Amino acid sequence: MSVPLTLLGLLEREPSHGYDLKRDYDLYFGRSKPLPFGQVYATLARLTRDGKIEPGEIEAGDGPDRKRYSITPDGKHEFETWLGEPIEPEPHLQTVLFAKVVLALMLGRSAERYLDIQRAAHLQRMRELTEMKRGDSLIDVLLADHGLFHLEADLRWIDMTAARLPLLTKAVTS
Amino acid sequence: MSLVTTPINIDTKDVLMEARDVEFDFGQTPALRKASVSIREGEVLAVMGPSGSGKSTLLHCLAGILVPKHGEIRLSGERIDTYPEHERSALRREKFGFVFQFGQLVPELSAEENVALPLLLGGLRRNEALVRAREWFERLGIEGLERRRSGELSGGQAQRVALARGLVAHPKVLFADEPTGSLDSLTGELVMELLVSAAREDGTTVVLVTHEPRVAAYADREVIVRDGQVSSLAANSPAS
Repeated sequence: MSVPLTLLGLLEREPSHGYDLKRDYDLYFGRSKPLPFGQVYATLARLTRDGKIEPGEIEAGDGPDRKRYSITPDGKHEFETWLGEPIEPEPHLQTVLFAKVVLALMLGRSAERYLDIQRAAHLQRMRELTEMKRGDSLIDVLLADHGLFHLEADLRWIDMTAARLPLLTKAVTS
Repeated sequence: MSLVTTPINIDTKDVLMEARDVEFDFGQTPALRKASVSIREGEVLAVMGPSGSGKSTLLHCLAGILVPKHGEIRLSGERIDTYPEHERSALRREKFGFVFQFGQLVPELSAEENVALPLLLGGLRRNEALVRAREWFERLGIEGLERRRSGELSGGQAQRVALARGLVAHPKVLFADEPTGSLDSLTGELVMELLVSAAREDGTTVVLVTHEPRVAAYADREVIVRDGQVSSLAANSPAS
């Protein structure tokens, strides 16, 4: 998740204070990892320095959050370009999962047991995400679905690998 | 996140059903080889595994549809695999409910007659059985479909009717074999949500055979059947 580009996107809606940006970021994108205030203001300072956003007049009142930031044409251009680009469809061929299975086989350990342990951990996480979907928030449902489908893809790989262990053992030990 | 990476010991007093060292062959082909599993009262257990691993055979043995060649099936501590067929048949009717992949509704009957079927077979009068069957249509969000025949129902509607039929007689155990296998993801999710919440409200134990992790995620825990055996990691044998 690119914090600067996400903040640019939030500013594309309307000029906002740092506090508003943090609140919306945490609500939609930072459920499991809220954005620290320090990072919000550091990012806003960098975006200002690079000409992507500009601060408005200092508003009357207390506290540090008295500037409302607006996106510049440069910032809009950068955001639009990013939005239109597909993200790298990473095949994740060299995952930790893969490395553990191959190393287990090379060392004569039980790769099957490792895959079983991983399957149980994945299913446990899927149960937690399924529980998360029982609430009323559609945002939570969509986030949980995203996690569930990715975990499901991993599980399919785990099952296929488990079925191929005899062949894989030959390949890595010959 | 707590990881379930070690076998969970089940206190024997919580066990409602168990298979002990069950073996079953289809002709010369072994389907189950010393398969053992314990199921707690009121839990939703997912039985997972690849195609042909023996998971449906295990369900059929637990449900008294198939009789193991060796081993034992126990319900509330009592062996049921030694029952003669008519007693196993009575047991299936009185204690068990079933939901299969394709609903398997009787096409000549209306939806409400299909739901009422286990009650009628149990000797309840027709009117009373239909009244009790109709309560399920509202509970599962299919009110208005009572008089339709199975050919006039969508896949999701038919599966909810089948679910109502499986639960109408308040079984001790509901056996569900790939209950969402013929449905799209969203409809399957709705059926699973209804299945699990209705079973929990009624305290029904569920044995759910599925190869889909997203369906298994509705269960309290899972066991994996592989080559006719229940995976040791997930077998969760009762404490002896």
